[in-house]
Amino acid sequence: MTGSAGARRRPQRHLPLQIFLGFLVVYFLVPFWWVIVNSSKDAPGLFGGSNTLWFADQVDYFGNLQRLFTYDGGIYGRWILNSTLYAFAGGIGATILSVMAGYGFAKYRFAGRRFSFSVLLGALMVPATALVIPTFMMFSGLGLTNTIWAVILPSLLNPFGVYLMHVYARDAVPDEILDAAKVDGAGELRTFLQVAFPLMRPAVVTVLLLSAVASWNNYFLPLAMLSDNRLFPVTVGLGLWQGIASANNSGSTSLWSLIILGALVSVIPLVIAFFTLQRHWRGGLSVGGLR
Amino acid sequence: MTLLIEESASSTQEKTRKVRGNVRLREHLMGWLFVGPFGIVFLALLIAPLGYALYLSLWQKKLIGGTSFVFLGNYVKAFTDPTFLSGVWFVVRFSLVAIPLQILVALAMALIVDAVISLFTRFSRLMIFLPYAIPTVIGAVMWGFLYSKSFGPLTDIFGLFGAPAPDFFSKNLIFYGLINVVTWQWAGYYMIILYAALQGIDPSLYEAARMDGASSWQIALRIKIPLIAPALLLILVFSLIGTLQFFNEPQILRYLAAGTIAPGFTPNMYAYQQAFGLANFNYGSAISFALGGVVFVCVYAFLFFTRKRRSFF
Repeated sequence: MTGSAGARRRPQRHLPLQIFLGFLVVYFLVPFWWVIVNSSKDAPGLFGGSNTLWFADQVDYFGNLQRLFTYDGGIYGRWILNSTLYAFAGGIGATILSVMAGYGFAKYRFAGRRFSFSVLLGALMVPATALVIPTFMMFSGLGLTNTIWAVILPSLLNPFGVYLMHVYARDAVPDEILDAAKVDGAGELRTFLQVAFPLMRPAVVTVLLLSAVASWNNYFLPLAMLSDNRLFPVTVGLGLWQGIASANNSGSTSLWSLIILGALVSVIPLVIAFFTLQRHWRGGLSVGGLR
Repeated sequence: MTLLIEESASSTQEKTRKVRGNVRLREHLMGWLFVGPFGIVFLALLIAPLGYALYLSLWQKKLIGGTSFVFLGNYVKAFTDPTFLSGVWFVVRFSLVAIPLQILVALAMALIVDAVISLFTRFSRLMIFLPYAIPTVIGAVMWGFLYSKSFGPLTDIFGLFGAPAPDFFSKNLIFYGLINVVTWQWAGYYMIILYAALQGIDPSLYEAARMDGASSWQIALRIKIPLIAPALLLILVFSLIGTLQFFNEPQILRYLAAGTIAPGFTPNMYAYQQAFGLANFNYGSAISFALGGVVFVCVYAFLFFTRKRRSFF
């Protein structure tokens, strides 16, 4: 493990470390592998099958997919669409609010700025779940529970996004450029949209990703707010199915293969987004982590 | 003549003062215009619910006599309620094991991925981060399958050695079963944050240390870890806030581990059960608020003891 000058020039191999890392990778991938393999099986193959980590004789993805999307009047497809709607509406809304507020905090010395910013920092410590019960009570008074707004409105709140945008705008948008734009006759809004916004774009993408994923992953809030299962996001829907399947084990064995495939299908859009946008994830995380 | 000059001088001064005042006013106005929309959402969906929860938690609904003001009665009840206390004790115990474990795994992986540059470590970095893209609910569902007696692989794997499979849904092992789920879910995310921090270190520091004869281990322990301390602290705080609010995973695995995970297993599950299962919103709010208080105190105590508050924000 001693690094000499020669070892530095050649990439170091560290075989034991790489083998150790290999074991960890297997551990992190096992659940995915299990789901991929077992979503190809039918109920008898699932329960009677001898090998749980390998394919059965019959690989039936298409039959299972067809059953998944037609079960209970195609409710699963609705759940996926609902999740998409909640993720986009919540994500885009939260991002717009965060970008504006972060820029405002970073670039304007307005009265009450210091105080409101420290309130914001305090809010980072407020556990999100502590808000669910009182928000439910307030929304139920306004007749908003069991509507899409009950899920979308609370996901507009993203104090961490504001904090991140503040840090980024402060460091990546020089005051001189903004002043120059204003001297050239650009209004405040135009300066923001055409000068500052392009400079903040990497952080904007990150905040958008983080808040969209947060609303896609949300479980406690929609679980509390929604009672009509046609409004459920896919997380709450699969939780519901799992509850049904576990409650009467004998009668609903076929539901288990739907849950397994449902879990796999619901993960695919995220995995694709994750692989194609990974540069942006890391960029933003380093902003949040380093400062 | 002199008077005139003086007069004009004072009037220009006044004018600049006026202009400067306008600029200040404009600055205030624009600042609030940018922050305002978020401010409204913040007031409506954070401050108002918090205030409302506090208000609700001071009242009690009785079957006879309606709703009455009990001041801190619900909190006295909560902090003497064995279910709430055992829930708090569970999440505190869970945090004490889960957080150091996750951070150790994440730190080890980040150091390896940072030090060894190969195609395989690049691939590993992605794969280890992958669980973060999975909703915690789906992650719990997936591990529920793996733990299952009827179609999980544990029976087969332990059967190879002629041993009975461990039942992670039993009272003895559910703690470790949940620790495993949480570690799987979050270690990769923490690894990426630490990795990003490691990449930010100036490599000339390592060269200087090598000149002085430091080994790779010494560089990792004496240079890398101290320099990424702020990132470690950030992770610690986030995972502490998250773990004390533990809800999704036990709520999902509750169906499979019938009898092991009671409805009041964690404080958040207890609040949910009180509010939505028993329509006892006053007591549910009190539990939520008390849990929020516990989180706040824990985080602040932690930040106070590490005394790194300044470098964090």
